[in-house]
Amino acid sequence: MIEKLIIYLQYPFVRNALIVGMLIALCSSLFGVTLVLKRFSFIGDGLSHVAFGAMSIGAVLNLTNEMLLVMPITVISAVLLLRTGQDTKIKGDAAIAMISVGALAFGYLIMNIFSTSANLAGDVCSSLFGSVSILTLTTSEVYLCVVMSVIVVAAFVFFYNKIFAVTFDETFANAAGTKTDRYNLLIAVIIAVIIVLAMNLVGSLLISALVIFPALSAMRVFDSFKRVTVFSAILSVLCAFFGILISILAGTPVGSTIVAVDVAAFAVCCAVGRVVGE
Amino acid sequence: MTLLCAQQLSVGYDSRSVVGNLNFTVNEGDYLCIVGENGSGKTTLMRTLLRLHEPVSGKIIIGGGLKRNEIGYLPQQTVVQKDFPASVREIVVSGCQGRCGLRPFYNKEEKRLAEENMERMHISSLADRCYRDLSGGQQQRVLLARALCATRKILLLDEPVTGLDPMAAAEMYDLVSELNKEGITIIMISHDIVAAVRYATHILHIGSKVFFGTKEEYLESDAGKVFASDDEDNGSAVSGEAGVDSGEVSAVSGKVSDSGRDSMDKNAPRQREGDSEGEGTR
Repeated sequence: MIEKLIIYLQYPFVRNALIVGMLIALCSSLFGVTLVLKRFSFIGDGLSHVAFGAMSIGAVLNLTNEMLLVMPITVISAVLLLRTGQDTKIKGDAAIAMISVGALAFGYLIMNIFSTSANLAGDVCSSLFGSVSILTLTTSEVYLCVVMSVIVVAAFVFFYNKIFAVTFDETFANAAGTKTDRYNLLIAVIIAVIIVLAMNLVGSLLISALVIFPALSAMRVFDSFKRVTVFSAILSVLCAFFGILISILAGTPVGSTIVAVDVAAFAVCCAVGRVVGE
Repeated sequence: MTLLCAQQLSVGYDSRSVVGNLNFTVNEGDYLCIVGENGSGKTTLMRTLLRLHEPVSGKIIIGGGLKRNEIGYLPQQTVVQKDFPASVREIVVSGCQGRCGLRPFYNKEEKRLAEENMERMHISSLADRCYRDLSGGQQQRVLLARALCATRKILLLDEPVTGLDPMAAAEMYDLVSELNKEGITIIMISHDIVAAVRYATHILHIGSKVFFGTKEEYLESDAGKVFASDDEDNGSAVSGEAGVDSGEVSAVSGKVSDSGRDSMDKNAPRQREGDSEGEGTR
């Protein structure tokens, strides 16, 4: 089996898939802790459906570069969702549910009415559940992903203390003179970027898993924000690494395999947390 | 020296006024209690003082060289905080962020300030514990230490004893009153009129009747009489207990009673004292 693995690792597309997969897992887990604590666990799901809707519009319009349409639409939705989270008539979870289901329905509708593709069900399925696209990445896409990841990680480290403050107690942070609106905006934009990137890896429906599982697993075991964040990042990268390896060896779908590994890791963390807690 | 002065102030949401025509001043070293029924606009007023809301009309004048990032605030606890995975030290030091500006990390002096304030609140031994594992009283002390990191001059507290058992509430009042003696100006929202009258130097009563003055004036005023008697009639049955208890402990001399038993024992006779005082004002 190890020999088989070594043979596979000699192919550049496998190495690309591993690099991109691990980077996306790292980025999504960093902000996962904040999102889970802010009660926005489902934002990954909602935004990825928005991105799906935008993609279907892009497909119908025959855009050469869909990202130019998908990225702005997703960023705007993220900003609206996170901004209205606090004092609105439609609360966070309901707003996400609305946008998520609405965008999904419109996306499918548009694709259905205008699609020129013969294999509609296949197209929809691959954008929702993740395709084999991670195995067909071009070198420029890998570079794009590396650059984006470096920016995301740098932003997270640089604003770590602010993000902590805004997550723990927005009112206090605001009263103490921190521009919380600005940081919420920053968080929203970064999350939207991560989600659009991550759609290439696991597809819309499984992005939430990448965002919440590492964070929830880490919260079972650790007691300080810093440790939870660091551990969730490490765990997420490891899960992505083994998930991709297993999927290659066993021939299973990449996205679902990674999520399955994440679920298993969560179960282990729950058990460890219970034992340590007692 | 005047720190804060409200003139013809009217506060509310979305330019709809909840309570209006407020005039009051807070001087250095004052202990102001804001009392009033639920929904009378106490929290809105405090958020306006903190500049989280714009006033609907009127103005707030800030004096004494007080900067916006020198105000310590103890908000009501949110649901999110109940299961937040963060150590006590992380939370306390986050009170320093107002000083940081764009600087991403805390410097040595800020870390030292956090240690100092944990010491002050007697929570140094809890520094590495997780916030969600602490008792309600300990959590409030953590948040108070955090507020102290933000200020040397003025603290705004929004119902700091809500949800605490009588002993923890008494400790909380004692801590706040000690801070006041050290020269920190206190503005506190309270449901607990007995404690308010015990500790505060000034009372601001908002609602259908608005009153501002020293607590002695308050006890003579119409608003004070109505509210104080209300509190005795039905308030004590519901939530008055915690308030009465805590109020009494400090009334003795302001000294902290270290043992819980001690303070509990003192409660019964003092409660009667409080009642008779209420009678007198009527």
